[in-house]
Amino acid sequence: MRKIYHRILQISGNVITLEAENVANGELAEVKSGDRSSLAQVIRLEGARVSLQVFAGARGISTDSQVRFLGRQMQVSATDDLLGRVFTGNGSPRDGGPALTDNMVEIGGPSVNPARRIIPRKMIRTGIPMIDIFNTLVESQKLPIFSIPGEPYNALLARIAMQAEVDVIVLGGMGLKHDDYLYFRNTLDEHGALSRAVMFIHTAADPTVECTLVPDLALATAEYFAVERKKRVLCLLTDMTNFADSLKEIAITMEQIPSNRGYPGDLYSQLASRYEKAVQFRGENAGSITILAVTTMPGDDVTHPVPDNTGYITEGQFYLSGGHIEPFGSLSRLKQNVNKETREDHRTLMDTMIRLYAQYKDTLEKQSMGFRMSAWDQKLLKYGQLFEEQMMDLKVNIPLEQALDLGWKILGECFDPAETGVKSEMLRKFWPAAQA
Amino acid sequence: MMNETTRKSGHVTGVNGNLVSVAFDTSVIQNEVAFVQVEDGARLKSEVIRVRGGQADLQVFEATNGIKVGDPVEFTGELLSVELGPGLLTQVFDGLQNPLPRLAEESLFLKRGTYIYPLDEKREWDYTPVAKGGDELFAGDQVGWVPEGIFQHRIMVPFAWKGSWRLTWTIAPGAYPIRTVVAKAVNDAGEEREITMVQSWPVRIPIANYREKLLPVEPMITQVRTIDTFFPVAKGGTFCTPGPFGAGKTVLQHSLSQRSEADIVIVAAVGERAGEVVEILQEFPVLEDPRTGRKLMDRTIIICNTSSMPVASRESSIYTSVTLAEYYRQMGLNVLLLADSTSRWAQALREESGRLEEIPGEEAFPAYLESLVASFYERAGLVRLNTGEKGSITICGAVSPAGGNFEEPVTQATLKVVGAFLALSRDRANARRYPSIHPLDSWSKYKSTVALDEVAYARQILKNGNEVEQMMKVIGEEGTPNADFVVYLKSEFLDAVYLQQDTFDKVDSSCSAQRQKYVFAKLYAILRKNFTFGDKATARRYFADLRQIFIDWNFCPWESPEFAENEKRLDAKLAEA
Repeated sequence: MRKIYHRILQISGNVITLEAENVANGELAEVKSGDRSSLAQVIRLEGARVSLQVFAGARGISTDSQVRFLGRQMQVSATDDLLGRVFTGNGSPRDGGPALTDNMVEIGGPSVNPARRIIPRKMIRTGIPMIDIFNTLVESQKLPIFSIPGEPYNALLARIAMQAEVDVIVLGGMGLKHDDYLYFRNTLDEHGALSRAVMFIHTAADPTVECTLVPDLALATAEYFAVERKKRVLCLLTDMTNFADSLKEIAITMEQIPSNRGYPGDLYSQLASRYEKAVQFRGENAGSITILAVTTMPGDDVTHPVPDNTGYITEGQFYLSGGHIEPFGSLSRLKQNVNKETREDHRTLMDTMIRLYAQYKDTLEKQSMGFRMSAWDQKLLKYGQLFEEQMMDLKVNIPLEQALDLGWKILGECFDPAETGVKSEMLRKFWPAAQA
Repeated sequence: MMNETTRKSGHVTGVNGNLVSVAFDTSVIQNEVAFVQVEDGARLKSEVIRVRGGQADLQVFEATNGIKVGDPVEFTGELLSVELGPGLLTQVFDGLQNPLPRLAEESLFLKRGTYIYPLDEKREWDYTPVAKGGDELFAGDQVGWVPEGIFQHRIMVPFAWKGSWRLTWTIAPGAYPIRTVVAKAVNDAGEEREITMVQSWPVRIPIANYREKLLPVEPMITQVRTIDTFFPVAKGGTFCTPGPFGAGKTVLQHSLSQRSEADIVIVAAVGERAGEVVEILQEFPVLEDPRTGRKLMDRTIIICNTSSMPVASRESSIYTSVTLAEYYRQMGLNVLLLADSTSRWAQALREESGRLEEIPGEEAFPAYLESLVASFYERAGLVRLNTGEKGSITICGAVSPAGGNFEEPVTQATLKVVGAFLALSRDRANARRYPSIHPLDSWSKYKSTVALDEVAYARQILKNGNEVEQMMKVIGEEGTPNADFVVYLKSEFLDAVYLQQDTFDKVDSSCSAQRQKYVFAKLYAILRKNFTFGDKATARRYFADLRQIFIDWNFCPWESPEFAENEKRLDAKLAEA
């Protein structure tokens, strides 16, 4: 029988401090106060003093609460029974189903040895030209969607999840509005994907500390399916800014020196240890983990510490703005692993169309200042408009090959071949015949 | 190695993140290595980073979950060191010099507390003695050599030995494993010591067994036109590549690691994505080094401490890599060290400093950041060895400034000490103008492969072109004089055909110094030429055509028939104007 402690010395924010013996860093404890009970985790040891963060929050905790250490770290049940279930941020059932206790594994484990990883080479088709042509999504990629609040990021996330060919979908919701949770659940249900999905949902109404556990729970689950069951797993995390804000809250409580806008100095490492769980394993039917995460940017500011640190960790980003995926700022770092095998004109077309679109933006600026438009400017204006209507609109849903043909058609309608700066060899092969 | 009587110990008194406080029994040494013994059996490597009030603070190179107050700690009495000897090349190490492929044989995941000796102790090397019995030698002097790939890997008198040593015995030529005693030496005091093929050296202390440090003048060709022509790098110099995310830092670093004309390349992935290292891991053993005909991996060492690996070993990984570079410099080789990214290293320092509750400097970076950055880059350099030969370390540090703002402390500290600054620009990257090295913001203090005044002229065109472009935004294209408009077109042309380079194309990606000289001469003539056009549309059209031919020319292999043919097309087009 483990010893029960009764004397809490300090309560500050969601962190309680007491004196206890033989306690391990990271260990879980159960805190009972009256008829309330919550899990808590050891986050600092100083001599006999032990500090714990209380998952349900410290509100209502009395100094004579009962604290019992459990002698284990935070765990999740790694079994197929997870499929179709919904859990809270502390891992307990949210759907009224039974709690799972089989094959418990620790969450937040070490990362995969880089020597055991392979270069990802499988494209994930989404039917969205702005992704498929310009920023191809690759299996095992970690990619955030940068967005300002109010953009349809959850809808985009759900759409990609439904169209992508994956075996298991793990959803980690952090600070999610209850409506959004229901939206995800209903969308999965409509597409018959609920039975291959696992959800860990922390809603905005739930205690802050639980928010910080969601990515680890979701990723430990993803790891089980990818490693043990060799499944292709898509892990959706929304919204990582809420996760970072929770970290900030706890760091400030612990009187850590803030580095940038109040965020703790280890924000980069904290985010990286989660995103780096994305992996492609070696072998014919090996599993993989692909991570798509929403990062909302307060004030549309990409230099805000959360999107900024994220951008340095992830393999690109989709920049959602004004209801479409921006051609600038959006980037898939793994696209060159796959886009040379799709079709030979893929890369050329991708670069050319973006370069011309950049020139169109310059022309727009000139136009807005009231300058006369030269013949070249007119061409660019026509091009920009066609590009926005036929490529950028999120309603467009066509396979890659069709999208590439469409790209050449747009170029052909607007420009002479030499004006595009494309290698002659490529022009001979792909320039639409009618205009040549 | 330690024996029982000198082994020191202590016990844990506190845990805060990866910082563990330890009460010690006798004495400790600053920066000595210690092991924390956890209940589950793991021994976690740590380093003493502060001693205060009879208590030592250790940074633990592993996750600290499960550590309890009272857990035993064992001090080794040795500073954090690396093992130096044959077999380092082609290896992939973590920040503490554990060979990752061999760790991978044990577990899919990086299990904490697993340490493997970095070198292969069984492999036999063909040893040829050079020094003879009776020879008077000093630390760093050559005793013999073994072939390591295409290099003569020198076996040297350990760098730490003080004073002069007289060889008393040397082994006969033959194949031996690294631990074999290959020579014995005695000093004036009559102390006799043994020399093996391997020695260890503390990473935080520079290896300085050379005669003098020289001024770096000879260019190190990277085959990137913008760098070699406009912002050159010298052998033994330092340069940095700061840029916001998505500006192409990593692609540029990969290109440098493959095509730079260095003998040895050390790639240090410091707190960056694992996926990027995997690309090197899998491609370098296959890619051919055109200079030697061997595989690229044969001249490469990878130090890989990716972002999800423990932060303390990220901090030490930068020292591990530069120490390995110094070791090979001692053999008279030119080493290129690519550190991606030094900002992650600085962040690791910041995390550590925060846990130590030090008074923070700007953006919470420690006050000593600048001096650490400076002393790291100072480990680069061209040196004259005791033998009279030259060896060099060129350091390229990628910097990842928060928010892409170069005013931040790490970029600023770096700019003070480097010899070339390659500013990567998000605007150029967004416009797909790669490499995104900004031609106006960047600078270099080293000598170009092309004549200085010609480069200056080309830069002036870029500058003027940029001014015209800015002006056109205000007064409009129609209000711009034709002559100015041509300057603008020339600068855009220069950008498109020379600054921009396709790093994924087999031919265009590698532009030799010879080819650069040749192509630049042609380009220079175009920039110098007086063009007169009837109207702007004609001018634009002409330069579009010219650009097309020039780009096609760039994609033709050097000295091939297509190359000559395209050059003729180019000349013909030039004759038109």
